[in-house]
Order: sequence, then C-alpha cells, then structure tokens
Amino acid sequence: MTAIERPAQPLDAEEARRLRQQWLERIGRWVLPLVIMILAIWLWDRICVWNGIPKYILPRPGVVLQTLHDDAGLLFSSLLVTLKITFLSLLLAVAGGVGLAVLFAQSKWVEMSFFPFAIVLQVTPIVAIFPLINIYVDNQTAKLLLCAWIVAFFPILSNTTLGLNSVDRNLRDLFRLNGATRWQELWHLRLPAAMPYFLGGLKIAGGLSLIGAVVAEFVAGASGQSSGLASRIIEAGYRLNAPRLFAALILISFTGIAIFLVLSLVSHLILRRWHESALKQEA
Amino acid sequence: MQREPEMPVPRSVPGGNAALLSLRGVGKTFSNGVTALHNVDMSVGEGEFLSLLGPSGCGKSTALRLVAGLSTPTSGAIDRHAATGGDSVGFVFQEPTLLPWASVFDNVWLPLRLKGVSRAKAAPAVMEMLERVHLDKFATAVPRELSGGMKMRVSIARALVTKPRVLLMDEPFAALDEITRFKLNSDLLDLWQDQRFTVVFVTHSVFESVFLSSRIVVMAARPGRVFGELPVNASYPRDEAFRTSPAYAALCRQASDVLVAAINSTSGHRHDGH
Repeated sequence: MTAIERPAQPLDAEEARRLRQQWLERIGRWVLPLVIMILAIWLWDRICVWNGIPKYILPRPGVVLQTLHDDAGLLFSSLLVTLKITFLSLLLAVAGGVGLAVLFAQSKWVEMSFFPFAIVLQVTPIVAIFPLINIYVDNQTAKLLLCAWIVAFFPILSNTTLGLNSVDRNLRDLFRLNGATRWQELWHLRLPAAMPYFLGGLKIAGGLSLIGAVVAEFVAGASGQSSGLASRIIEAGYRLNAPRLFAALILISFTGIAIFLVLSLVSHLILRRWHESALKQEA
Repeated sequence: MQREPEMPVPRSVPGGNAALLSLRGVGKTFSNGVTALHNVDMSVGEGEFLSLLGPSGCGKSTALRLVAGLSTPTSGAIDRHAATGGDSVGFVFQEPTLLPWASVFDNVWLPLRLKGVSRAKAAPAVMEMLERVHLDKFATAVPRELSGGMKMRVSIARALVTKPRVLLMDEPFAALDEITRFKLNSDLLDLWQDQRFTVVFVTHSVFESVFLSSRIVVMAARPGRVFGELPVNASYPRDEAFRTSPAYAALCRQASDVLVAAINSTSGHRHDGH
C-alpha cells in the first residue's frame, strides 16, 4: 500500500483528516479481517493446548491442515462431486429462473397464476421434500440436482421477474413508437434492464446452490448413497475423525467464498460501465 | 367555452402551409374520471414550429401523446395526413430516456436497429446525426459519462435519426440549467432550419416558447383546452441577440398576457384557485 498522492497545495485540518481516514479505511479493509482470523486460529490452537483437548474432540489447526494435505485425494474427489452438483444446479436454476421470469413477463395473467407455486416450492424446507423426491426419482445425481435446484432457482426467478417489470415507462413508449415487436422489446430493453436484478439474484443463488447440494447429500448420504463432501463429513463424524471433519468443513467454506467472489466479479465486470451499484463514489 | 374577445385566435394555419396534423374536437377522459382534454381543435402546418404553452395540468403532454399515437382520444379525431406511422414521428421526452447500458452510438442507432438496419448500414446516418448535435467524439461513451445537456442531445439525435417529418418534444429542456437550455434552444433551431421538419414543442416557459416557435397555442387547465393562439412574428434565424431585443420582450409580454388570462380563466370558472 503506497502513500496517497498529496496535492501541491497545503491541506486544511479537515481535508487532511479525511485523507488519513480514507487511507486507514483502505488498509483496514484488508488487514483487519486477516489479523482477527490469525488471532482466532492462534486462540483455537492455545485452547487445545491449555486444556489438553484430544484431537478427536477438537483438533489443533495444524493437525487439520495436515489432514487436508494427507487426505487431499479423498477430500478433493468428494469436493469435485459436490461442485458438479452445485454448478449444474446453478446452471439449471439460471435457465429455469430466467426462463420462467421471461414467461411471467409476457403476461400478467401467467405471473398471477404461477408465481404462488414458486413461492410454495421456496418456503417448504427442502429436507421435508427430500423423502418424496427419494421415492419418485431413481437417479442419484438427478435427485441431488433437483434438491439443489429447488433451493437455488427462486432468488433468480423473483429478482429477474422484478427486473423485467421495472423498465422505464418512457423507454417502453419509445419502443412502441418505433414499432418494436414483443421480442425486440424483450431482447433490447427488458433483458438488459433486468440484468442488475438478475445478477443480484445470481449471487444469492450461487451460495444457495452449494447449500442445497450439501443438504441434499446429507439427506441422501444418511442412506449411504452419496460420495460428496457431506458424506465425508457424516462418515468422519461416525468415526470420530474430527480433523477430517474440520478439513471438509473448511473446503466447503472456501468453496462458498470462491463462488461468491467469482459471481461478484462477473457482476462487476458486466455492470461497471453503467450501473449505479458498480460505480465508485466520486469525491 | 367562452373566449375573451381581445385574444387573437387565428384558426387557420399561418403562412399558407398545408396542415400536416390536425385535431378536431379531440377530448380525452381517463378511467378515473379526469377530463384531461376537452374539445381541442388544433392544426399543425408543414414545417411549422408550434409550441403548446400552458400551466401544469392543462393537458399539453396528453395532447402530445395523442398526436404521437401513444394514447387514443375519447372523442374527436386526429388527422395525421402525411405524417403517419411511427416512421415519421420522432419523440423527445422530458428526461433523456436513454438506454443506460448502451453507448451513445447504440442509443442513436436504436430506432434504426428496431427497423432491422444493421450497425454498418446505420453508421453513416448515426454518425451524421451525432455530428449535428456535436457529440461525434462521444460515440463510444455511455450515458452516465455525459452531462445532462449532452444526454438530451443524444435523445434529440435519436429522435431525428429516422428523418421524421414531425418532431414531438415534451418539455425536453425543463430539467436543464439556463445556460445549457439556451444553447440547446439555439442548436434545436439550427437543426430545424436545416432539416425542415415540423416541431410540436410542449413547454411551460413563455420565454422558451417565444424564442423557439413560429406559433404558440396557449392551453388552460381543468378541463384541458385550447385557450388561444398567438403567432410569433419574428424572423428566423434567431440568435442570442434576439433574446435581448425589444421585439422579443414585447412578444414575451404578449404571450405572458394570454397565459395569465388562461390561468385566470380556470380559477374564474371553478373558484378553486389563487
């Protein structure tokens, strides 16, 4: 972090304070969470040592890291299974959410008729629906996908629907004046206008699809049918293999963070030129 | 509707131009019972710069939307004679109303694009229009990078890129600062004199309407109706010197008197104002 360029003129006390404040905030944004994280890990380690806690109850951070390394083959192949479900379900959630939203945008009647079904699907806990899915769907992957999809598609549907309906009235008049077809209005006006809303929904759905995938594996894994990270966690729990349990947990956390960061970056890249949310505050 | 006798109310189109647009006995009542327009007769001659001047609520924007075909009249008829269809009408809204995600070029291209003209085919017309509004160097900028006046220029370029015979403008400069407004007034007149389209310009500013128009239709509110008409007998081109001339002041005075009478006619009829 280099020092901020100072203007040639001497600053008054207020401006100097503001400049210093900005500089501190910029550094603090990165340094503070790191310091707290390191402190927390150190404290975790000390608690284990001071209280002589055995590693099958609470392993020291070093042991978890060692396990992450030793069991890498097993853990990462499981992660890959979970990631596959996560991304496939997110993809299907985008297709389904946007598809349904576009359908809803075509007619108020369609929206009024079918939106309640989407809400019912959303508010019913997935764990409660799973036994039914387990009965009706045979294919293991399809089962998990359906579960994760139900959890992830709603934010995309609801946000995109809102976006498609929040088009400036004058712009719609302009399209009408120029004889635009329904399809042209959708493609050139409604879809781009809905983009910020859709991307907001996508960020939520990204996290939810991971949660959906893990929860689905948990429910399915209870009957020994899954090989994802969740089943590694259940298995490790049965065997009191706490270090592997922690390692799996850390992998899931980092995956969630990575998904969020990637989707935030995508959103920023798409919106940076025009949307308020992606603009830097000007001085 | 009684008109005061001293008001000049010429019913014919001045200058002997053929009427391009005419409204005969047009009324508009909304579903909530509000009568926005009542028995409006008006005609717009080819090549004319007509201003609709009036207080807020007099239905001038409604009249413009009817002329544009964005809304249908409850009674009466609108003759668009030669100016039919979307092709020959350009519309400029009070806000610039641009696509925020699209570049200046793409925004101006839009009306042509909706008619199936490719980017390459549209480019000469788009670039020419951008040059006309002095924005050719900003073709790749997006709207948020432009000032309010520049955005309005893009909006005007977009309305004119299809070479419409009629340009409808709904208080386009109301939200701009005075210096920018004056500049855009002059530029609009230049464009109008060069390309000879017909303008219907809605405004609540006496000074703006006198500076720009060849004729002013003054409207009154509750119900929205034509109160009087006023030819602006000053020659074009009109430059900044015209703004400070005695002739301009006299015309403004004249228009202002009609507007005040129009406003008073409303409170006189209904006893509910001022």
